[in-house]
Amino acid sequence: MSLKFPIYMDNHSTSPMDPRVLETMLPYFTEHFGNAASRSHKFGWTAEEAVNYAREQVATLIGADRPEEIVFTSGASESNNLALKGVAEFYRDKGNHIITTKIEHKAVLDTCKRLEKQGFEVTYLDVGVEGIVSLDDVRAAMTDKTILVSVMLANNEVGTIQPIGAIGALCKERGVIFHTDAVQGVGKTEFNVNAMGVDLASITAHKMYGPKGVGALYVRRARPRVRLTAQIDGGGHERGNRSGTLNVPGIVGFGKACEILTKEWRDEARYVASQRDRLKEKLFAELDECHINGAWGEGRRLPNNLNVSFSYVEGEGLMMAIKDVAVSSGSACTSSSLEPSYVLRALGVEEELAHTSIRFGLGRFTTEEEVDFVARLVIDKVKKLRDLSPLYEMAKEGVNLKDIVWAAH
Amino acid sequence: MAYSEKVIEHAENPRNVGTLDKEDPNVGTGLVGAPACGDVMRLQIKVSDAGVIEDAKFKTFGCGSAIASSSLATEWLKGRTLEEAATIRNTDIVKELNLPPVKIHCSVLAEDAIKSAIEDFRKKQSAKRSS
Repeated sequence: MSLKFPIYMDNHSTSPMDPRVLETMLPYFTEHFGNAASRSHKFGWTAEEAVNYAREQVATLIGADRPEEIVFTSGASESNNLALKGVAEFYRDKGNHIITTKIEHKAVLDTCKRLEKQGFEVTYLDVGVEGIVSLDDVRAAMTDKTILVSVMLANNEVGTIQPIGAIGALCKERGVIFHTDAVQGVGKTEFNVNAMGVDLASITAHKMYGPKGVGALYVRRARPRVRLTAQIDGGGHERGNRSGTLNVPGIVGFGKACEILTKEWRDEARYVASQRDRLKEKLFAELDECHINGAWGEGRRLPNNLNVSFSYVEGEGLMMAIKDVAVSSGSACTSSSLEPSYVLRALGVEEELAHTSIRFGLGRFTTEEEVDFVARLVIDKVKKLRDLSPLYEMAKEGVNLKDIVWAAH
Repeated sequence: MAYSEKVIEHAENPRNVGTLDKEDPNVGTGLVGAPACGDVMRLQIKVSDAGVIEDAKFKTFGCGSAIASSSLATEWLKGRTLEEAATIRNTDIVKELNLPPVKIHCSVLAEDAIKSAIEDFRKKQSAKRSS
């Protein structure tokens, strides 16, 4: 098979849609166009039936007891907003304290910031160099005012997997509601809302080979029954949790994407991990001064993630040099704010190294041929850019770059 | 962000990459920026006794726009007198490379590198005269 350019290795950002998913969706744009809320005719019934089937497919993937525990949304940002704001508002009389981590997605962090303005207190836990939050820290942060803990299943930049089962058990013991942003991890690592004691979980279709614009919030309905204050008012769809006409084709595709993962995720995770490891080994065999950001190892990092700093080579400069490959960087230059990644900062990665980080996100459709091509290209370009880097030259001459007084600008 | 063709061309084929002997009294070295900020430029000039820049070399740690800005600066420096070199402004670089607003700091850094190299050369010369 010949290579097609550009090569996509940014699957944490979004994933291509599986053709099997698209095929399942197509009739729901045309002949089965009905509104799932229309109770009076066949068009509506067909749509409702399709939505309920998808609800079961999603529930099965995450181990939910009942399909009604799945609330469809527009995506994970909405799910995270609904979970946090919905719980905070509903349980306000019980307490005003929320615990989360410093490496959550902005949809969680910025929601927490808004809640702080409304009088809630939020503890943002450190994660340490491994990028994994400690159970003891969660326990120590709990007070009698704590109503909610929100910890992601896996991080979107460094792919580190959080101890969800242990935190879930702790939350059960303390009677605190537990939400997890499972977007990056579901279908890639072990995840089961019952086994892990999860009360609320955000997921989205487009990170799992489904369409964009559709996601879900799992809301536990028993042991305990979790209540939410809806954030969108209207027709009372999704049992009053989320008004708005359902995106039927999107939901059908989401369901299919979940069904595929339920069957295939373990084999897929093994395959993707083998390609990711192949990429890592090739890079590390030929390049010195490469550093993995965050914990490494099965069960500690997603199988598709490789986040590596190539010392002395700035990330955006490298991305431009490998423009046939789609990746992302924690470098400041790639963000409009000119601030390096807050996730890497939370891991204690020095700014110098944060600027040199590249995130490779492999996926279902990554081929060995692509991995070999990318490895060769990155090796060649890192070497070329190091020849161009005054820092690499100075380091090789034995100059300690930390001894130099740099003028910050 | 989309890069201009000129930035891509310079970044892919940077001119005058290299190192001049920083101990040479006719060489001025400017090292500006900071690793923690994501860009460091080292720009060197070799100046003839007549005060003309005979050679210019650079090495840059930074994004494509930073590499292109310093590459372009070395091209412009060669053959100029020190006085002419000192008139190069970051805005000239922005214009030539079509840098977007978020990349203007790359051109500022290149101007700083030029000034710093000239200053280093002048310091060396006055030290030579006074010794």
